[in-house]
Amino acid sequence: MAEEKKVVRKVIQTSKDMGRFMKDYYYELNEAATTGNRKIAWCTSVGPTELLRAMGFLVYFPETHGAMLGSTRTATDMIPAANALGYSPEICSYLTADVGAYLNKFTPLSKAYPGIETVPKPDVLVFNTNQCRDVQDWFAYYAREYNVPVIGVYTNRSVGDVTETIVDDVAKQIEGLVKPLEEISGNRFDMDKFKEVVGLSRRCSDRWKEVLETNAAKPAPMTFFDSSTLMGPAVVGRGTQVAVDLYDQLLAELKDKAAKREAAVEDEKFRIYWDGMPVWGRLSAHSKLFAGLKANVLSSTYCSSWIFTALDADDPFRSMARAYTELFIVRSDDYKETYIKDKLDFFDIDGIIYHDARTCPNNSNCRYGMVKRVEKLSGIPSLTIDGDLCDMRCVSDEQTKTKVEAFIEQLDELKG
Amino acid sequence: MSQSVYVGIDLGASRTKVAVLDAAKNVIGRAVHNSGTDYGQTAELCLKEALSMAGVGMDAIAAGIATGYGRSNVTFANATKTEIACHGKGCFHYFPHAISIIDIGGQDNKIIKLSDAGLRTEFKMNRKCAAGTGAFLEEMSLRLNIPLEAMNDNAKKSTDMVKLGSYCTVFSGTEVLENIRHGKKVADIVKGLFFSVIKRVLEMDSLTENVVMTGGVVAHNPYLVDMAEEIIGRKIEVPPYPQFSGAIGAALFAINQ
Repeated sequence: MAEEKKVVRKVIQTSKDMGRFMKDYYYELNEAATTGNRKIAWCTSVGPTELLRAMGFLVYFPETHGAMLGSTRTATDMIPAANALGYSPEICSYLTADVGAYLNKFTPLSKAYPGIETVPKPDVLVFNTNQCRDVQDWFAYYAREYNVPVIGVYTNRSVGDVTETIVDDVAKQIEGLVKPLEEISGNRFDMDKFKEVVGLSRRCSDRWKEVLETNAAKPAPMTFFDSSTLMGPAVVGRGTQVAVDLYDQLLAELKDKAAKREAAVEDEKFRIYWDGMPVWGRLSAHSKLFAGLKANVLSSTYCSSWIFTALDADDPFRSMARAYTELFIVRSDDYKETYIKDKLDFFDIDGIIYHDARTCPNNSNCRYGMVKRVEKLSGIPSLTIDGDLCDMRCVSDEQTKTKVEAFIEQLDELKG
Repeated sequence: MSQSVYVGIDLGASRTKVAVLDAAKNVIGRAVHNSGTDYGQTAELCLKEALSMAGVGMDAIAAGIATGYGRSNVTFANATKTEIACHGKGCFHYFPHAISIIDIGGQDNKIIKLSDAGLRTEFKMNRKCAAGTGAFLEEMSLRLNIPLEAMNDNAKKSTDMVKLGSYCTVFSGTEVLENIRHGKKVADIVKGLFFSVIKRVLEMDSLTENVVMTGGVVAHNPYLVDMAEEIIGRKIEVPPYPQFSGAIGAALFAINQ
């Protein structure tokens, strides 16, 4: 019988410090929620977190809870409760898993961080529709449940050029959040503090970008499955010095690995680009699947979504508006195709995997003919796998395995 | 000692197929059985029958390759290959030029495109859905209370095909029931089901000029090929032993080892 080769995943030392950072982050939120010593804002993952932080809020991101529900494979048990409430199985499974967990009075935080019994209760909910409309509906649910205000920013979608008109509009909307946030927080808006947070957020973003770019090395020192978890502090901690310091540390470690030609995937032969969400419940399994085929999924649109190069401490409102509108997910297909082509060139990619996530149309870029267009533009073969970010009912492991193995066979044939 | 032979085992979701080839790449033995629940045992049964047909014993096996969903369960194979690779290899053996292969299997469908050199340029598999697969026809034969093997002849007899709009097996089942209720003939419903299968497969991907159809569903329901030809407006090739394309491809890989 053909034995499946055991794959040992390479450890990234800084991940331990990142784990401690995440632990401290959740305990701090828990303390604030239980003692009332700090106000808590819930924010969408690419929402105006810099403003919230500058105004003294601790910021909680429900999407990270969705990802935890996915990665602990508890989401599928939670989703039906939300479905029964009228939230379709076809909509964002972060939303349905999270609402389902709320209805079931469950959180994976309790197991990961003993003593935490629930997610931290919000004082305000702040969204940005730049990624999808689902975040607005998600937060509206909790606004009703917790009887707290929900405010937000409405961003244009399928944006080609990020024009001054769009930036003006979004910047005004972000400025418009200041007054209600002052009322909720009890703090006056402090421009100097805001600039400081935006500056730190930009530094975090720059470091994260550099971290991801270390994978241009051959062999690459990290995988997409590593970076999907290593990006935690860039999501929840941007705008803080500690996040900057962590990415300084990670960057040094990865540069060292690259210099020593320490491969994340032993005998790396195929360099793969991943478009779309991770399948959180299969992060480890997919990591092993690709590594076993000597393929490193080493770059992705997903992890690059926390790069905000436009952030500028000297022009915080407008630069935030631009940074959060420039993101891949907000853009037109023309922009996305050029973006992906640039990544393929930069990382010297052999093949592309598109994850068609059943419940995440905005992060599934294979539905409007882009696959064939990018293939024509780049000449690089691609594969689409069906799955989902959280809802494992939409995932077929055997089909994924066969498709991926067949794709690597194809790349192998092409390499000769 | 008898001549050396090369074995391909295609342990599919529905059926297990074994092909035995001689060194000159002639198919000299083959066998097929339901995969059942003991994949290893079924594979051994098929192997035994195929070797018997070839007139050789186990000691004649020079190499064997396993493919299909159960490929890892085959104990006597030297290595495994995906069914996509094996179907491509098996079809290119008979049609050595650029081809698009439509494989309709029990559990999944594939469209595989090969270059003039036989290199795979792309492939598609159906989504996690039974629409357009053998499983869909099996489910519908139960609804219609006719044996699976009677579907092809029924479809051919149709004079007024029923149009089925849904691509969901459950919804199609409801549509079938509705047509039964309205007194539609079984033959016309079966032809509608065949048409539905072909449409689901053809919407998976575009096709290149030369098209080949394979798979157990095609082997047992050749009328599907006629219907597909009518829809795409050109001749479709079918290799000898279309149900064994994957197994033959696996055996060809074994020869190349």
